[in-house]
Amino acid sequence: MELLDASLVNWSRGQFALTAMYHWIFVPLTLGLGIVMAIMESVYYKTGKEEWKRATKFWMTLFGVNFAMGVATGIILEFQFGTNWSNYSWFVGDIFGAPLAIEGMLAFFMEATFISIMFFGWKKVSKGFHLASTWLVVLGATLSALWILVANAWMQYPTGMEFNPDTTRNEMIDFWSILLSPVAINKFLHTVYSGWVLGALFTVGVSSWYLIRKREVDFALKSIKIGSIFGVVASILIIATGDGSAYHVAQKQPMKLAVMEGLYEGEEGANIVAMGLLNPDKRYDNDEETFIVKMDVPVPKLLSLLGYRDADAFVPGIKDIINGYTLSDGTVVPSFADRQASGTLAINALKEYKLAKEAGNDSLAAEHLVVLRANYNNFGYGYLEKPEDLIPNVPLVFYAFHFMVALGMLFLLIFSLAWFFHWKKKLESQKWLLWTALLSIPLGYLATQLGWVVAEVGRQPWTIQDILPVQAAVSSVSTGSVQLTFFLFLALFTALLIAEIRIMMKQIQKGPEDH
Amino acid sequence: MFTYAFFQHYWWFIISLLGGLLTFLLFIQGGQSMLFSLSKTEDEKRLLINVLGRKWEFTFTTLVTFGGAFFASFPLFYSTSFGGAYWVWLIILFAFTIQAFSYEFQSKPGNVYGKKTYRSFLFINGVVGSFLIGVAVATFFTGSDFTVGKGNITDIASPVISRWGSGWHGLEALLCPRNWFLGLTVFFLARTNASLYFINRLSDEVLEARSYKYMIYNAVPFVVFFLAFVISTFLSEGFAVNEQGIVYMEKYKYFMNLIEMPLVGIFFLLGVVAVLAGIILSIVNKSFKKGIWITGLGTVVTVTMLLLVAGYNNTAFYPSVADLQSSLTIFNSSSSEFTLKVMSIASILVPIVAVYIFFAWRAMEKNKTDIQDVNDDSHAY
Ligand code: HDD
Ligand code: HEM
Ligand code: HEM
Repeated sequence: MELLDASLVNWSRGQFALTAMYHWIFVPLTLGLGIVMAIMESVYYKTGKEEWKRATKFWMTLFGVNFAMGVATGIILEFQFGTNWSNYSWFVGDIFGAPLAIEGMLAFFMEATFISIMFFGWKKVSKGFHLASTWLVVLGATLSALWILVANAWMQYPTGMEFNPDTTRNEMIDFWSILLSPVAINKFLHTVYSGWVLGALFTVGVSSWYLIRKREVDFALKSIKIGSIFGVVASILIIATGDGSAYHVAQKQPMKLAVMEGLYEGEEGANIVAMGLLNPDKRYDNDEETFIVKMDVPVPKLLSLLGYRDADAFVPGIKDIINGYTLSDGTVVPSFADRQASGTLAINALKEYKLAKEAGNDSLAAEHLVVLRANYNNFGYGYLEKPEDLIPNVPLVFYAFHFMVALGMLFLLIFSLAWFFHWKKKLESQKWLLWTALLSIPLGYLATQLGWVVAEVGRQPWTIQDILPVQAAVSSVSTGSVQLTFFLFLALFTALLIAEIRIMMKQIQKGPEDH
Repeated sequence: MFTYAFFQHYWWFIISLLGGLLTFLLFIQGGQSMLFSLSKTEDEKRLLINVLGRKWEFTFTTLVTFGGAFFASFPLFYSTSFGGAYWVWLIILFAFTIQAFSYEFQSKPGNVYGKKTYRSFLFINGVVGSFLIGVAVATFFTGSDFTVGKGNITDIASPVISRWGSGWHGLEALLCPRNWFLGLTVFFLARTNASLYFINRLSDEVLEARSYKYMIYNAVPFVVFFLAFVISTFLSEGFAVNEQGIVYMEKYKYFMNLIEMPLVGIFFLLGVVAVLAGIILSIVNKSFKKGIWITGLGTVVTVTMLLLVAGYNNTAFYPSVADLQSSLTIFNSSSSEFTLKVMSIASILVPIVAVYIFFAWRAMEKNKTDIQDVNDDSHAY
């Protein structure tokens, strides 16, 4: 019997992160650019002006190139739950599989069907039918995002389920509480808006390039008009839902929040760090300073206010979570050691329960079941060894979070300025702004990737919060196999990304065509 | 009526139907595998690519949905097979990944690797994708090398529920000739269907004439391998389950399933007849262009019935040869009753999806396609 080895877990995590992050290069642009081109086609439908059709088709070509890559990378992700996280697939598949199946049945088919009308139907179907198809493609894409994000949100905050000791897995008992979980709704909105922000940045940035080159001026100005308004709206929405995300993290995943803020010692009326440089020697069990330099946000007590909607609320730090703490409302949260002991009890009770069942001793089984139920909320802690296992990578999450937020503010500023100068009809002379807009396209990609780093690295070691840590979720394949597939994916996706970027650039150089 | 067993049967039916649809839609892969032989000139190649390229998403999406539905309804299969037969599935995935961008990228300027590369990707996808899916499905009848122990989760040092015996992680399936039979059946069937599809879609004399020839070249080996697979399967022992859930070997199990489930048996036969009828009608009557629909429908029905034979009537659909009692049945590997119910409600929407796919397809395919249409299309590949 093979023992689980840490390098297998790490390579599997690496492979998941690699493929997910590649998928996530293409998906947000699909979501955002989709809206931009659908708005443009709507304008064309209303006004009948050829230049709007020309603009629509231009953005649609870029959409198509990008979309194909989203599809190519997505299929790997789906099957990877089975290939690399097989234990996970059984242990929570009863809940997790359903959204994935519904996504395929409803959302992907919608996209696949209408995308072929959108691309090939210009001369074959009526103008209205075509416009409807374009919007349905966008709707389909957004619905795909909904279902997978419901699944992801459930991993961060499991609800609507119960553990069944006979089948040894978690089973769904309430579909609506999974679908309508506040974490899921917030996650869906925040993530889709991040796609919108990226789509808007892309539109404004590419159009700015035409203005810098003094090409296609009319087309570029029209695109910037739509892109900048859309961008301001999306930026406001993303900041609002970002606040929602932080609130839910504070409530459901206090360790993630503490790590995002670099908070080792809990406080009442805690502040938010605006930016800081972490001290590399800091550990949860020593007294080093956390920061080498640190700047707080000028509004005091903001973290307590945002996280608990109460300016004086206690926000637990990393140390408190290891040692146990009491919240302002009186809730007592046990220490790591206690939860670990409780998790071990739960795992052993499950084992004894099964033995008793096999032996036909139902009353003994019932006794063990009581212990299991009482300790099940700490089940996953039984697999952890030491307090450090509970702490995600602090610098990675801390910096990722702070850069994401800073970029969110920056984008709002850029869109507002672009809108303002466009309205004043002075945009073409603001060379600095045009360059800034162009250069922020990569920053937009960076921001959305950083968001996922916060969400996913910040929830380590859990695949399912408190229930299943990564080492109990992985498939039993050899580390060598996973390494090989990791590098194959890396090579293939990187080669493709290069081709995709070059194709995009060529299309942009060519500019919108007349048809 | 709506018992747990009912939902387990309902979902096995859906999986089987998706499998049937997927096999039919693999005609896209079949067509790709003939890219370098059926078409000679550049115009011919472009024409083939464009008639295939407007439909590839359907095959791909069906595969994705097949996976998602399998995960949701029979998660133990998903975790055991995908995590165990790791290499077979990953090669299939690779083969489909390289398809997804190849249509879109191949004729775009700046695509770095050139037309030829992307077309080779399509070719590889066509050959490997269809063949290996056939091999993987054949193991539903021939068995695999795994054990399942749900209690293992309490073993902290090695909490692994499903374990695979062979270090080849799935590739060992290629040692069994019966798996080859089904793999090759699917491969040649996909090519036969592709030829019929070209006959239906193309308005190009040279390619049409060649498609007829290719149809015959592929239909013959298809029939041979199909018979080899079906006969060897019906003559062999099958993996049966009794009331207590104990798995044992039973003689002629799969053949008996056809007899004991007469409806399945009848539809299986009708399906086979339809597959052959579409081919034969197309050969004898050159003005009859709708063979793809008859053969296609036959394909869907035959494969669906074959998969029902693997899972219904107290049969283990994913048998283990390493440990019979680890074999997966639709009862011991399914999701909970509640989850199956929820998904069944969602699946009521599927006919609506089917209807809009039908209308969208119709709206786009009023006329046959020739090279002129391709040249006129601003989004042509
Ligand atoms: C353009 C991209 C972008 C921008 C500008 C922002 N975000 Fe974001 N953020 C994302 C893109 C993103 C994301 C990629 O969509 C994530 C990853 C997972 C998720 O749910 O959304 C995310 C996650 C995420 C999380 C973690 C959620 C979790 O762990 O479940 C928090 C707390 C925030 N965001 C908060 C913010 C705040 C306060 C912002 C203020 C401006 C902000 N984000 C801007
Ligand atoms: C597409 C955007 C996503 C990105 C960029 C992303 C990013 C990441 C990263 C960086 C990791 C590695 C964390 C680490 O171990 O250091 C990871 C792991 C993982 N993520 Fe995500 N993720 C994404 C979406 C999702 C979704 C939607 C799900 C589930 C539905 C998911 C499930 C997982 C799982 C199962 C792992 C591996 C186990 C683990 O390390 O926890 N991810 N992801
Ligand atoms: C780790 C979890 C994920 C899995 C298993 C997954 C799976 C897939 C699959 C299989 C496809 C191809 C669909 C097709 O055949 O057309 C796809 C495409 C897509 N996915 Fe994901 N995905 C994941 C993460 C995400 C996330 C986090 C989002 C959005 C928030 C998302 C949104 C989309 C969209 C919009 C598409 C359409 C194609 C495209 O955008 O290019 N996916 N995904």
